[in-house]
Amino acid sequence: MTVLCLVEHDADGPADASLRALTFAAKLAGAGPGGPVPVAAVLFGPADQVPGDALAAYGASSAHVVEPGHLDGYAPQAWARALAGLAAQVGAAAVVAAATDRGNEVMAYLGALTGLPMAANCVQAEPGDDGTYQVVRHRWAGLLLEEASLTGSPGLMTVATEAVPPAAVAEPVGALPVHPYAPSLSDDDLRVRATQTAGHSSGASLATARVVVGGGRGVGGPDGFAPLEELASLLGGVVGVSRVVTSEGWRPHRQQVGQTGTKITPELYLACGISGAIQHMAGCGGAKHIVVVNTDPGAPILAHADYAVIGDLGEVIPALVAALRARSASA
Amino acid sequence: MEIGVCVKRVPMVGGKIVLTPDEQEVDTRLSGFTISPHEECAVEEAVQITERLGGIVSVLTLGPAEAADQLRDALALGAKRAVLLETDGREWGPIATAEAIVAEVRRHAADGPGYDLLLCGNEAADTGDYQVGIRVACALGWPCVTGIKNLEITETGGQATARARREFQGGEETFEFGLPAVIGVKEGINLPRYPSLPGRLRAKRAVIEASEPQWRDDGLRKRSLRVPATQRKQATVLGTGADAVPALVGVLDEWGLLS
Ligand SMILES: Cc1cc2nc3c(=O)[nH]c(=O)nc-3n(C[C@H](O)[C@H](O)[C@H](O)COP(=O)(O)OP(=O)(O)OC[C@H]3O[C@@H](n4cnc5c(N)ncnc54)[C@H](O)[C@@H]3O)c2cc1C
Ligand SMILES: Nc1ncnc2c1ncn2[C@@H]1O[C@H](COP(=O)(O)O)[C@@H](O)[C@H]1O
Repeated sequence: MTVLCLVEHDADGPADASLRALTFAAKLAGAGPGGPVPVAAVLFGPADQVPGDALAAYGASSAHVVEPGHLDGYAPQAWARALAGLAAQVGAAAVVAAATDRGNEVMAYLGALTGLPMAANCVQAEPGDDGTYQVVRHRWAGLLLEEASLTGSPGLMTVATEAVPPAAVAEPVGALPVHPYAPSLSDDDLRVRATQTAGHSSGASLATARVVVGGGRGVGGPDGFAPLEELASLLGGVVGVSRVVTSEGWRPHRQQVGQTGTKITPELYLACGISGAIQHMAGCGGAKHIVVVNTDPGAPILAHADYAVIGDLGEVIPALVAALRARSASA
Repeated sequence: MEIGVCVKRVPMVGGKIVLTPDEQEVDTRLSGFTISPHEECAVEEAVQITERLGGIVSVLTLGPAEAADQLRDALALGAKRAVLLETDGREWGPIATAEAIVAEVRRHAADGPGYDLLLCGNEAADTGDYQVGIRVACALGWPCVTGIKNLEITETGGQATARARREFQGGEETFEFGLPAVIGVKEGINLPRYPSLPGRLRAKRAVIEASEPQWRDDGLRKRSLRVPATQRKQATVLGTGADAVPALVGVLDEWGLLS
């Protein structure tokens, strides 16, 4: 028995979301009714680029790698086929992935190919004696928690990574063994495949920014964002917006924070002219500090914030920009 | 071309989610109902594709009889045909839901040309299972991709192809494949239109094709729901208007954000 964990990489190595998924997998593997079982990472890419130390640090004791000669690039059904083959080979008790676009997609394919159920966005899972898993998972983008039982072997789960901080294990294995795996794929498995992956855009991304200056309906129109942009750049951050702003076409959707936008985890979220609808809060619950600028002292967002300035953002934000400029000029 | 759009009736939750006393459902006595913003965009995308290439949009849902309201909303926006897979109000899991949709797709193909493309939302607003579309596609042997924020459908010599793009790690990835296919779309792919008055009138009169698939157990069984414990704070008011700026600068400095 083994717990398999899909590991994705980004430009700097294993994706942070995947380290969180490994943390979840390690916890699950340690809780087996028959005693702890090993965690094996599954990667797609060149074997000599497997980040063995990082994987071991987060609890993997081996890695299986599907090399580009067998499967080049991202093809969801082919990745799922490889996971299915590996799960059969190692007798996997569970297969886990981060609930990213790719993670959810590959795990849904794995569920479809095997006929097994798949629980998305889990925050917790415990194996029971009868082969079922008791899981806690997000519904409504984390606004609700569902307690559910998941049957089927292996148990298929994706991990709501914003709720599972990465945790290194006490005793990592020394040198992580890496086993190449050659999946047997059909033409159909490769029908859907990423033909182009465009380079990463340079600017700070909304998901990882340290400061996010938020703008909502209170900004009043597309022309109202210049002071927010200026403030964001002074603070080394980016602008995020509410759904009203994107559905009015004032700003592109990629700047939307919330249930159907991006989930953010900044040190500071400065929310201006945003009321604090729960679907918006679903995206900024991971912010360390929230400060609000709003004309309405009764706006619901005040119940989620550390500090508030009551007033017109059209007055407060330019004054804040001026104060920060004066400060850095005198420093 | 016939494009089927799958939508799901969900509660329109306002300031706060309230559960029923048995912790099994969202209390909907005071809320209206809607569909996910992703699905609103799927309807709009389908209407735009048929405006360009010809054909019709069908909208389908599995849900209680009242889900006809959500079908009529889509009809008002330009869908021409509506299919209700009627349930007795019990929650259906993603495997059973996908099976019922597959059965409808096969039934429709037996009556005529059938669907060329199914559009789904990336995930349902309530359960967020992230899988119904993929399960439908695999059962039909069709290609499927999700998370799509840009879609081009082209037809050459009777064969239609999809070019679908989505965000990936700050960049973008592209997929190309032939139809029929299932595509999961995300909000942001377009800006949905508002219904027109003639659209609303047409929707009111439209006939809805209804059938009653058999409920079956899924491998993921809900035991209960709960609202996560959040530390509710109450913001300290720093002041009013521009006069509060020095205090705000002080707070930002204290948090180490000004260095
Ligand atoms: C399934 C579903 C998913 C959703 N997903 C998202 C999502 O991902 N993200 C999202 O944001 N929303 C989402 N929504 C929409 C959400 O319910 C709200 O409609 C939206 O967040 C409200 O945006 P807002 O706060 O900008 O506007 P409003 O609610 O209109 O609030 C405007 C605020 O600005 C204040 N204000 C007005 N003028 C000024 C001024 N001059 N200076 C300072 N303050 C001012 C007002 O007091 C008010 O508090 C979703 C809804 C549904 C049903
Ligand atoms: N009951 C349903 N009726 C019709 N379509 C559905 C239903 N449930 C899910 N879908 C479709 O499948 C997508 C993904 O749903 P899910 O896998 O439940 O997150 C949704 O956005 C819908 O397009």
